[in-house]
Parts: sequence; C-alpha cells; structure tokens
Amino acid sequence: MSTEYPVAQGQAQAEAAAPSDVLDATTLAELREIAARYPEPRSGLLPMLHLVQSAQGRITPEGIEACAEVLGISAAEVNGVATFYTMYKRRPVGDYHVGVCTNTLCAVMGGDLIFERLKEHLEVGNDETTEDGSITLEHIECNAACDYAPVMMVNWEFMDNQTPESAVQVVDDLRAGKPVHSTRGPRLCTWREAERVLAGFPDDRADEGPTAGPASLAGLRIAREKGWTAPASTLASSGEETDRD
Amino acid sequence: MTDALTPVLTDNWDAERAWTLAAYEERGGYAALDKAFAMAPDDVIDAVKESGLRGRGGAGFPTGMKWGFIPQDNPRPKYLVVNADESEPGTCKDIPLMMASPHTLVEGVILSAYAIRANTAFIYVRGEVLHVIRRLQRAVQEAYLAGHLGTDIHGSGYHLDLIVHAGAGAYICGEETALLEGLEGRRGQPRLRPPFPAVAGLYASPTVINNVESIASVPSIIANGPAWFAGMGTEKSKGFGIFSLSGHVRNPGQYEAPLGITLRELIDLAGGIREGHELKFWTPGGSSTPLLTPEHLDVPLDFESVGAAGSMLGTRALQLFDETTCVVRAVLRWTEFYKHESCGKCTPCREGTWWLTQTLARLEKGQGTEADLDLLLDQCDNILGRSFCALGDGATSPISSSIKHFRDEYLAHLTNGGCPFDPVASTAFAPAGASA
Amino acid sequence: MSTTDKAPDLATDLVTLTIDGVQVSVPKDTLVIRAAEQVGVQIPRFCDHPLLDPVGACRQCLVDIPDAGNGRGFPKPQASCTLPVAEGMVVNTQATSEVADKAQQGVMEFLLINHPLDCPVCDKGGECPLQNQAMSNGRGESRFAASGGIKRTFPKPINISAQVLLDRERCVLCARCTRFSEQIAGDPFIALAERGALQQVAIYEREPYQSYFSGNAIQICPVGALTSADYRFRSRPFDLVSTPGVAEHDSCGAAIRIDHRRGKVMRRLAGNDPEVNEEWISDKDRFAFRYTQVADRITYPQVREDGVLRPASWPEAFAVAARGLREAGAAAVLTGGRVTAEDAYAYAKFARVALSTNDIDFRARPHSAEEASFLASHVALSGGVTYADLEAAPVVVLLGLEPEDEAATIFLRLRRAARRGRTQVVSVAPYSSRGLRKMNGRLVPAVPGAEVEAIGSLKDAAHGVTKDAVILVGERLAATHGALSAAVELAATTGARLAWVPRRAGDRGAVEAGALPNLLPGGRPVTEAAARVDLAAAWGVEALPAKVGRDGNAIVAALTKGDLGGVVVGGVDPDDTSDPAAFRAALAAARFVVSLELRATDVTAAADVVLPVAPVTDKAGTFVTWDGRPRDFDAVLSNPSSLPDLRVLAGIGEELARLGQGSSLGFRTVADVRAEMRALGPWDGARPAMDAGKPPRAPRAKAGSLALATWKQLVDLGSMQDGEAHLRATARPPVARVSPATYESVFGTPEGEPGHSRLATVSGDRGSVTLPVEVADLPDGVVWVPARSFGRGVLADLASPGSRVLLRDAPSPDSPGHALKGAVT
Repeated sequence: MSTEYPVAQGQAQAEAAAPSDVLDATTLAELREIAARYPEPRSGLLPMLHLVQSAQGRITPEGIEACAEVLGISAAEVNGVATFYTMYKRRPVGDYHVGVCTNTLCAVMGGDLIFERLKEHLEVGNDETTEDGSITLEHIECNAACDYAPVMMVNWEFMDNQTPESAVQVVDDLRAGKPVHSTRGPRLCTWREAERVLAGFPDDRADEGPTAGPASLAGLRIAREKGWTAPASTLASSGEETDRD
Repeated sequence: MTDALTPVLTDNWDAERAWTLAAYEERGGYAALDKAFAMAPDDVIDAVKESGLRGRGGAGFPTGMKWGFIPQDNPRPKYLVVNADESEPGTCKDIPLMMASPHTLVEGVILSAYAIRANTAFIYVRGEVLHVIRRLQRAVQEAYLAGHLGTDIHGSGYHLDLIVHAGAGAYICGEETALLEGLEGRRGQPRLRPPFPAVAGLYASPTVINNVESIASVPSIIANGPAWFAGMGTEKSKGFGIFSLSGHVRNPGQYEAPLGITLRELIDLAGGIREGHELKFWTPGGSSTPLLTPEHLDVPLDFESVGAAGSMLGTRALQLFDETTCVVRAVLRWTEFYKHESCGKCTPCREGTWWLTQTLARLEKGQGTEADLDLLLDQCDNILGRSFCALGDGATSPISSSIKHFRDEYLAHLTNGGCPFDPVASTAFAPAGASA
Repeated sequence: MSTTDKAPDLATDLVTLTIDGVQVSVPKDTLVIRAAEQVGVQIPRFCDHPLLDPVGACRQCLVDIPDAGNGRGFPKPQASCTLPVAEGMVVNTQATSEVADKAQQGVMEFLLINHPLDCPVCDKGGECPLQNQAMSNGRGESRFAASGGIKRTFPKPINISAQVLLDRERCVLCARCTRFSEQIAGDPFIALAERGALQQVAIYEREPYQSYFSGNAIQICPVGALTSADYRFRSRPFDLVSTPGVAEHDSCGAAIRIDHRRGKVMRRLAGNDPEVNEEWISDKDRFAFRYTQVADRITYPQVREDGVLRPASWPEAFAVAARGLREAGAAAVLTGGRVTAEDAYAYAKFARVALSTNDIDFRARPHSAEEASFLASHVALSGGVTYADLEAAPVVVLLGLEPEDEAATIFLRLRRAARRGRTQVVSVAPYSSRGLRKMNGRLVPAVPGAEVEAIGSLKDAAHGVTKDAVILVGERLAATHGALSAAVELAATTGARLAWVPRRAGDRGAVEAGALPNLLPGGRPVTEAAARVDLAAAWGVEALPAKVGRDGNAIVAALTKGDLGGVVVGGVDPDDTSDPAAFRAALAAARFVVSLELRATDVTAAADVVLPVAPVTDKAGTFVTWDGRPRDFDAVLSNPSSLPDLRVLAGIGEELARLGQGSSLGFRTVADVRAEMRALGPWDGARPAMDAGKPPRAPRAKAGSLALATWKQLVDLGSMQDGEAHLRATARPPVARVSPATYESVFGTPEGEPGHSRLATVSGDRGSVTLPVEVADLPDGVVWVPARSFGRGVLADLASPGSRVLLRDAPSPDSPGHALKGAVT
C-alpha cells in the first residue's frame, strides 16, 4: 500500500531555477567569505547583496535566498533589507549606471537640465535602461560632491562639473565602447565590476586618478599662495614621549 | 592670531599620490601611534577631551566625552565605528578627505580605537563613492602590511582589525543608530535610545560612532597636543574644520579654517559670488540646517553663533544660492529628498514628508492659497520634535526658514500662477548675465 | 545574563510621579503609558504592546513632560510608550496638556492621510483602535483631502499565507505583526520592506508567512490591515456575542474568547491570561473550531436494526444500549483524551458502577503498563510546576516532547525564557527541530527506543540539570520501555521537578478522574482497599471491582479474543490508537459497541448504538492543564438537544440499573458531577510506587532498516481541524528526515542540490509512504516522519513508532506522470 498525502499546500511552489540564474559555487563561497569577515555574520548582508548584483546584474530571488541561507535568516528579512537601500536594483542594470544628481544644489546648478537632456537623448525614463542594455539612467540624491556641481555619477564614479553636452558625450562614448575616465578617478569599469569592489573584493584601480580634484584644493591653494599654515605644534618636536601637563 | 586658512587635514591633498602609505609616512604619518601607545588609553581620551574637539558630523558633541562614556568595566568587546556615510545635501568634506588621504583616517581610527580599547573598528562608507572605497580598501591593506593594523601593532601588544564596510544607499544611515542597523545587516532604521551606543551599540556592545573628520583630526591632536588644537577656533568651538563652499560662488571647494570664520570671509577667499550676481540665501551646514540670508554673512561659523542666528553649524556645508534661484523650487526639492530618504519608521516623518511635498508642489505651480503656508507651518510643527530621529526635524528646516525669510516669494508663485524664475539662469552653464 | 534575576521588590521599588495632576506610585521601570492607565488615563497608541519590546515608532502616545524628575523638563513631547517613570516626574497627557493634545492630533492626522476610507467594508470596523482613537483624539475633517492631497494606494489585499491577508493601504506600519513574528513566535517570515511612505509589511515571494502563531498578528493589528481568510467578511463585531473559553486542542489550557452569532461560532480570539497563555494562542486554537460545523455531525441517536443504523429517540437509544451491554457480557470503556474532566469522571464512574469493571482507558494512543504506573505514581494529584516556573528555571529538559507542535503555549514561554538568556532548553529528541532551534535549545540526540541511555546521560553535571531544573515529559516517552522510569530517576537524582505534558486537553483531567485501569477518581489507586471502600461509600455502592483493569491495548485484544463482549467508545479515532487495524478488528469482533461521538467515524459505523454528544461549545466543562490547573468553562451556545457525555452515560446507567445491572450514576448535569467531584476530594493516602514492569520483546532489526521517529505536527490531518481549509493549507509540508549519511546511503549522492527534493519510500509493517527527504541532524539509522500529515497517518499506514522501517529511493518528481509532481517543495 502506498499513500499519497492529501495535505493541501499553502506554500508557494519553488520553481526550479534556470541554470543561468543559479549562483555558481564561487559566488556562494564568496558570500560565505564576506559573512566571515565580521564578528557576526549578518553584518555581511549589505556587501553580500552588492556581490549578488555583481554576479547577476541585479538582486535576484536566487541571490536573496542564497544570502538567507548563508546567514541563517529568513528570505523575508533579506528582502526587507534589499528593498530598503536604493543601490540595490530589482531590474537588470545596464553596463553603466548613470546617476544625475538632482538634489537642490546640483538641480539648480544644471542637474535638472542634464537629466532632462539625457532622458531625451537615451529615450528612457528615470530608473530605466536603454534598449541595448548599455545605460541605466537614474536621478540620484546628493553624492557629496557639491563643490563640483552639477555632478553626474557613472557606476558611482565622479563625473564633475557636467553640462548637458558633456553628459551626452559621456553616455555616447560609453555606448560606443570608448574608454571613459572619471574626472576625479580611474577609467570606468562596468557596473557589475564596480559592485564587486563594493562587496569588498578590490580591483587594481585604487592608484588611478588624481589625489584630489581642483575644487577640493581651492582653499589649500590659497593657503599655499599666502603662506598660511596651521600654528606650530605646542609640543616639543623631539618625537619622544612628552609630558602633556 | 592664526592665519585665515589653516590646512591640517587638507594639508597633504596636493602631495603626489598622497593616498599611498609611502606618501603619508613620508610626511610623518603614523608617528602619532607610538606616542599614543606610550600613553595610557585614558590619557588619550583626556587629550581629546582637553583639545575641545567636538563632533564634526553636525551635532557637535564633545568627542572625548563620548569616548569617556564607554563603560570599560563592561566585559563585552568595544567597537569603534567611523561614520563615513556623508550624505547630508551640501556636505562634501569627508569624501575628498578619504579620497586624498585615507591614511589620515586610518591613523585616527587606530588612535581612537586604542583610546576606547576597541579591537575591532569599522569604516561605514556610503556605497555611492566607488573610488573612495577603493582607496580606503587599499589604505587598510597597506596599513596591515606595514604593521599599523593587525596584531601587536608597533610592538605595543595592542591589536586592531579594521573593516571597510560599503553602504548601499540610504541617507538615514548617517544617523548613528541607523548606521549600526546597516552595519548589522538590517534595514537602516534608527534605534530607540536609551540604551545609547556607548552602552549597547554594535552587537549590543559598547560602541563609539564618530564622523570621519572627527577621527581624522585625532592624529594631529596627539601629534601636536591638545593645546595646539584648542588654540584655534573660538572658546566653545575649538579647532579647525573643513568648510565646504558650493553653488553660486566663483571658486567652490574645500576651505579648512578655524571655527568662527564668517561666510563673508570665506566668500572673499572663494573669489566672491559669481560674477554679476548676489547672494540670496545659504545653508550653514547642509539642508537640514535652517536657511540664512545675506544678513547673516558676518555670523561667526561656530556652534554657538550659528545657533544664536536661528540655525545650526551642522557640517559646515555652505550651499550658496544667488538671486536667480527660486527658493520655493529649492525647498521643494529638498523636501522631496527627505520624503525619498524617510526610513518609514515613525509616522510624522513618513507621512509628514509625503504631505509636505504635495502641498509644496502645488504652491510651486502657483496653485493653492496663502492659507497653505500656514498649513505647511502647522505640518512642520507637527513633525518637528515629534519624529523618532532628527531626519524629520531636518525636513522642516528649509520650509520653516524659507517661509520666514521669503514668504513673499511663495505668494509671488500664487499671484504669478507659477514659478516666476527661469531655471536656466541659475545653472553653472548659464550664459553670462542671465538673470531671473 | 544572570540566571538569578531577582523579581523586583514591589513594595520597596515603587516610584512616585504625577500624571495629569494625580499622584501615583508604580513599580520602577514602568512605562509612562502604563502608569497613566493606573490613574485612568488612556493615552492613544498603536505600536505599543505590553508583550512586545518597546519601539516608539508610531508617535501617537506623545505626552508633555514638564519635569523629568530632575527639575528639568523635556523640550519636546515624549513617547510615553518608551519612557520609564522617574521619581518626581510630572507627566501631562492629552487630558491636561495642549502640547500633548496637539502632538497627538497631529500624529493622528498624519496616520489618516494615507489611510483608505473603507471603514464600512473593513472587518475591523467597530473594534478598530484607529477608528476609535481617531474619534477620541483626532480632528473631525481632513485637511489633507481639503488641500487636494493624493493618497498612496496599493492593490487590495494580498495573501501572505493561505490564512492571512494583508491590505497594505490600511496598514499604519506600527510593526506589531513583524515584531510579534520575530520576537514571540520566532518566525520572521513577514518583515518591513521598502521605505518611507512606501514601506510595507511583506513576505518574500517564495516564502509565505507560515507560522503556527500567525493569527496573533491579525489579532494585535490595530487596524484592518491583517485579516484571516477564515473570518473575512463573515460578521460585524457588534453582532457578535463573546464568551470566554478554554482551547481544546492541547493540554495547555489557553484562554480564548469565542465570538458567536445566532448559535454559531464565528471566530475565536486569544484570551488574556497572564498566568497561562498571556495574549497568544496557536493558529490551531484560533482557527480549528469548524469541526463542529461540518456536515457529518451526528445530530440524533441511532440504533442498529437489521444491520443498519436508524434514528431513535433518546429513551430508546438508552434502553437499547443498556440491553446490548448487559447481554454482551463483560464490557469495557475506551475514551479519547478529548473529554472534559467531568465527562471523564462520568466514564470512570460508569465503568465501575454500571459495568463493574476497571477495564477503562483514556489513552487512545500508544501506551504501556509502565506509563499507567507512572501516571498513578507521579502525575495524578501532582502539581506545582507552573508556566512561570518554566521561565524561572535555568534548565528545562524536554523528554519526548516537541512543544511547538504538541504544547504551543509552553513553546512560547520557553522561547521567551531562552530569548532572555535565562533558560537553557535541553531536548532528548531525534533531531533539532525548528521549534528547538527557536528556543536556542540543545539537542541530546536519541534513537527511538534508546531514550533511556540519553536520559541517563543528563545526570552529567555538564547538562546543568539541578534541583532548579524542570523536566517535561511528553506522552510519547511511554513508547520506549524504561524511559519514564529513567525520567523519574533523573528527577530523583538531581532534585529537578518533573511534569507530564500530554497532547490532549482532556488527558490530565482523565487521569485525575480515574479513566485508567489502575486509578479511580481523585488519584485513588485501585489496588488500595481503603480507596475502594471510601469511594464505594461515597458512591453508595456495595463494592468496587478490586482487580486492576485492562488497559487500552488489552481491551482491544480481549474484544478480539472474545474475553470482552461489549465496549463503550467515547471520542476515539481508530487511527490514533496503538494499532488501528487491531482496533478496527476489535470493534468488528465485539458483540456490542456503544459509540458516543460528535461525528460519523469508523467507530460509529461499527457501533450498535450511536449517541451524539455535545462539542465543547455546547456544554460546560473543565480541562485540567499539564500543570494541574483546572480550567473550567461554560457552554457558549445554548443547544438543549446537545447532551454532554456524562448525561448520555447517566441515561444508559439508569437503564442498566433498571435491568438490574449496577446502580444509576446519581447525576445528570455537569453541576451534579462537579459537586460530586468536589465532595469526593483527592486521595490522601499513600501514592503507589512506580513499577516499570517487564520489558516487551525487542523486535529484531532487519538489516538496513531504520528506527522510526514520529510525532504529530501542530497543523495536520487531525479530525478536529476539519472544516477549516485555510488553516490546513498552512500545514508544514510532510517530509521525511534522515541524517546526511543515511541520505547518502539511500540516494547514493550527498544532499545538496538546490531546488530539487529527492523522494523516498518509507516502508513499515503496516504500509508505506513516499515523501520528499530532507537532511537533519538525526543519528544515523533513524528516519523521522510526521505522524498525521499523510493518509491515515503513521500508525495506520506505516508502522508503530520506534519500530523498524525501510527507506528506498523513489522515482524522481521530475519524471513525467509521477503522482507527487508539483507537491514537492
């Protein structure tokens, strides 16, 4: 006698994932590696989700489940985190994520016009990707580069002091496959490569780009010109132990 | 009398490859470690207390006092967390610091962690600054290899691990308890206080959370002595700070000066308001600090004086807007920002920003009535001091202050049937002489 | 954390403060919102819940604090739900402070801007804290609407489980539900998602809100955001009559509130009993009540005539039953564990007085002589271990007990104790169940049948079983010979206290009422002549049978063999019994079967007389909880034709007496029985000693066979969950669990292909079942399956617990046409 069980299943059936959606063993190992960096594994969740984006181009169900599995928390909790932070994307992101700052200062300084121009030029709306999958356009909030307003970020690299024309040039070059450099950083990598760095797996571009952009040096330059400095140390400069009192 | 500008944190930003360990050490970097290791940790705390250093993240809480709150008899591990989630609109000082000289921060972390007896520290850096993260990662790696981090640092027996943690896009994580939530892999929603992080912070353990600039200031205090630091600035706002000028000024950028400098002085240094225009309104410390006007140009930019002028020093994020700028448009945009960034935890901020945005948007389009201004102010009254954290308070600042200073401009939108300003005129690439 | 946390000394740790001008003294650490209740001020609130950690999220409870007790006030209104009282504090609530009143009105206005105006069609309407507080603390008209505001909208309700629906528009994001799920139930399958005004409660799309406690989230929702599929649109709160009751699904005695309308129960809610279930009940206690409303309810007496059951009047049925029993010769009584203590007493008295036998057993499940001895020596009349004791104990040992499935209220208590870090749960079990993990419990793995050794190992000081510990013994432990004796010995050696936790609501009451072959009512041992004499005198009969009676298994055997001729069966499901086939055979062999039942069953089908009995809603009664707490309840519905078992037995007894057999029972009503039980009182003589008895023949293990471990999951195919499909749909899917090595030995490959479940067929001496297989931390050579989650369950369709079964690879679910395709998760 064999029994088929008649219990009705309320649980949604997990559909078998297509092989291409499944996180490979390397990525799974790296997810565990991230969790192991921290005194408590769950601290790894934000970088782990960055790694999921790097591996899969967005936050996928497989990625959420893998994070939940590695951390021993519910997928609902991972989902709650993944939907809280705006850098996590539920739809596939293009090779280049172009963010135009439209917070007040950049907007006033031209960010609104740049964003409008790019929408027209790329024929996409906010948070949409061009048909060729190359560019995802989004308006973003203040990215801490107000002295370079209006600012655009490409894969979270600074493109300072933009104009509508320069912004169009940047996206055209990117779509044409030409190398583009951050105005204050390295040659741009892809969005997925960038996400890998955010997950804590550095690439080799740290030494590219300048120390600081011109605006960052505005005050220092004047100080140098005028010979202004901070006062001298109040301590003996012998480098030996000093009695503070 | 000190010079008008006092480069300390910014002093090596023009050095060749300043971000590298070699360049940093060449200028005496990491020398403060041995000095500190020769001191008892409590003496390091005392030195920072004596220096008068106040938190550079906006609130201005005395840093040494914060460290002193760590209960050293608590058997749990202690943690140091650097708040590098710089996201307050207008604020742009920590990002260039970490880009140009990440080792300044790393050295500050080691000194500060030593003082509070933490063996694990974190730099929680916003995720949207890829190259800064690269440089931090590299700096930490170099510091480990050089023996500035890890076990038995400089033979002192002290060990410290430092983890660079990238955030993922949430302004609220600049709030220290929300940041801890993010660092624990949770939604960045602020925690109930008490318990304060000093007692039960990261992993319910005693935790100090300090702004990048605060921690980066520590090496100079240890190296040069607290009296040196305290010799700059004003009586209650001691030391130097980075002032970030942005907007309609000829040379926007970072200006490191003693606290107490005025905006008039800074604008002069920055070459004046852009050609042919005049200052209309400005924020002293980011969008969450009430707007000020040209009448406040001579307010000393220290915690007390800006407070007395009805605003807050905040992060010294001086966003300058000239007369081509529509204040209603500016305020609406900031309000949309707060709505976007409200974490959703508490009612006044979550629902209030939703409503404020709608009321403002109608006003900006010239719809509504003058009564809507009072409605706005009443909504602000119901949010300010009623929200769970300061985000809600901050959301009301631009609205209340702009209605206070520019009520007529709001009314002009109503009489004009829309915004009377030409948005092109205010852009950086506007043709010369364009005006509203 | 300290294990010696002192309870606050209420007399000395009082704090005095002034609220709205009234001085009040409350215990230290009291929150202002609750201190205000002491002076009669209700501060409006949403996120606040006394049993959840304070969160201060909704900001509805803002009050003005002009003096924090240090002479200085707070510049801003403070959330009274997170602020502890301080000596000398001055609090002004909305009643006396304009600041507080405006702050509250402001928050209420904000809460309403995005709230839909669908109160007329909302289930919560009429009992809605938002509605009520908007009336008491809100403004009359909406400035938001007047200023042309546009509401945030969401698609109307979505299912977050088969039972629970979520209407996101109505949600005020107080997070009570998510905090309950995380903090209390340990099932964080709902969590906040998104942020800002778009924040919402959400499940993960592939992981529904499957929690045994999900109904509590619905109940504590302060708006109509969470509703149950079961109750949605069924009635209006103001049409309902509420009656307090006691949950009948386990031995925990959870207080419930039964809401009914025009003679029909519409819903059940958790009652509030701080000493028992606080404000929580399991979904089974909440939703499983429609078994009384299903079509196969028996509504009139029937007697068998010419082989067919036909309707009969009560007098005729009594008479036929009495005549049949008398003519059948020796007769026995079998009662299930679901009867009330009063009914159990009636069965116990009926057996002795009307049938002159001690052949009575309430244990309609695997049982043993050792267990009967244990119940007489260590359970009857025992007490003293309370729910609070569980939380105070440094160590709680679970032996043959899976609280989340079998005693949900105990589970919640232990989870809280563990979450506070005060209590270590240690479980002798085949594997670390989800419930055990949620209690941060430590597993002492035991192969079924080898529990004795595992229990003995707990004497090792490393386990921390001291005199402060509590040992909870589940009824399943009876299945292993010597295990109960080992538990008793563990308690004796360590000084730890021991309590027996049966599965059913009536079990403990049946022990006390004497529905056992070796026990008379009031814990009187059959073997004690003095006890029999006392009782005979009290009952006004000459003598009581002196011989210890047959237990359930022996009754079944004797019926089959012909040694017994008649049997009275009250509420027994054959598939629950030790050997369902043998039970059915015994019914077939019996010369006369009287069935007291609620619904048509295999017993009624075999019965000669069928007598309908009242469900718990139709009668007063008492359930005695595992901790010896009598939980009495009144009838919820007035249904004169619905008779309790005791009335039916009294009727048969009277007819028997008329025929000259025995004497009448001397009662007809619940009140009569209660008075009689009270007058009788407990046995005050010596307790019988524990006697393990002879070990049974050990079965020979077949080569490659596995030991069968099993227990019933909380939500399964049990007949008392019939009629509520939504509840049943939330059942945990049946799976077989084995160790990694066993898995590999069956399938030839290690476990670990994501997205694929392997199927295996488990075969025992009573049948076989094919289930998906999961790996868990079981000992090698053991397989666990749920006892009542497929077919007729393990006992009927597979094998006896602890016996040997075989496990073999079954065809892949992916192969076309497989019967189980699509049912694999």
